Amino acid sequence: MSIKHSLLALLSEGPKYGLQLRQEFEAKTGQVWPLNVGQVYTTLQRLESDELVESDGLGEDGPRRTFRITSKGDSELSTWLHTPPDLTSPPRDELTIKILVALDLSKVDVHEVIQVHRRYVVELMQQWTRLKENESGFDLRLALAIDAELFRLDAVVRWLDAAESRLNRAFSEPPRIETSQPLRLRRRMGVR
Amino acid sequence: MTILELENVSKTYGGGPTEVHALSHVSLSVEAGAFVAVMGASGSGKTTLLSIAGSLENPTSGEVRIDGRPLSSMSRNDKARLRRRSIGYVFQDFNLLNGLTAVENVSLPLELDGLPAKKAQAVAMEVLDGLGLSERASSYPDQLSGGESQRVAIARAVVGERRLLLADEPSGALDSTNAEAVMRLVLAACHRGVGAVVVTHDAHLASWADRVVFLRDGRVIDQTMPPAGPESLLAPSPEL
Repeated sequence: MSIKHSLLALLSEGPKYGLQLRQEFEAKTGQVWPLNVGQVYTTLQRLESDELVESDGLGEDGPRRTFRITSKGDSELSTWLHTPPDLTSPPRDELTIKILVALDLSKVDVHEVIQVHRRYVVELMQQWTRLKENESGFDLRLALAIDAELFRLDAVVRWLDAAESRLNRAFSEPPRIETSQPLRLRRRMGVR
Repeated sequence: MTILELENVSKTYGGGPTEVHALSHVSLSVEAGAFVAVMGASGSGKTTLLSIAGSLENPTSGEVRIDGRPLSSMSRNDKARLRRRSIGYVFQDFNLLNGLTAVENVSLPLELDGLPAKKAQAVAMEVLDGLGLSERASSYPDQLSGGESQRVAIARAVVGERRLLLADEPSGALDSTNAEAVMRLVLAACHRGVGAVVVTHDAHLASWADRVVFLRDGRVIDQTMPPAGPESLLAPSPEL
């Protein structure tokens, strides 16, 4: 979540002061992402020093200082919106690492580890779905943010299902001679 | 009140070296108004569980009770009557009868149960209307979209005084918007007091349920706890 670019997006609608930016950020993300006012002002200072925003407070600090986006900021916002995020490097996902580690521990039942995580993620999904059921009809932004979270969690459950199925196959078939994968790729994927 | 109860139910197919244990000692209770999802991989026993719960198959051992009545003591005719009156089924491929219109598909179980055709169709129209399908009532299944067909299938499953809704991957072939609409219909039926069991491999669908039961190799291995209030997921108001 880029706070920097979210604030630029809010300022592209017109000049605003810090507290107003925080309130609008929360409203527009369906209150799903918390943001404290300190983060807002720190980010605004950085944006100002990069000449992406300017303030007309003339030395005035605090809540009454108003910020507006510059043309350089407009250009930065447009570039950010149209640039896909870098998804080429797998994130160092804690869950993936736990399953990979569990595989090497003879005293640990990896299926049990998978199920503990599966149950937790499905419980989380139930909570998000309740929220959608109760409120999303009235708040489009909240519904979109919840859908994003549900699809992300759904992908985690699918990976756990696929992992379990792959493990079942691996344990039921005779061991194969391992081909040596390129070391760099194995390292990059977090596989020992 | 418990609508459906499976007590120590097992189901074995075949014998000798080809014997398959589809279900092993499964116990499950569904209260009136409860929405239970059963999750598991292909071959985990989900469909067998649903067939036994709906009296379409007999367990090898154990007991199934619907509305407190044990299925083992019912005759074939009693079970058929129970299925018509108390149980609604929703299948992944809808199973609508192609020669009947949407309203005729929905009214059919009522007519089979002895309600005059006109009355049955009036009741069916009411249900279709509630699902936003009154304008499609005269359409045949091949004239309906996937989402509409599944809504008709749900209308057929909840029409009359059905107490139990059993659904097998009810939104398997639908896009996410239509799948959500289907789950909202199941939920609405539960709010009216129907007990629902949906079997699926899809966590997205299962997350609509009050309780998710996990099945592996024919055994219940786990279940979710009742979900906490959704408010806990929203950001707290940050301190100034």
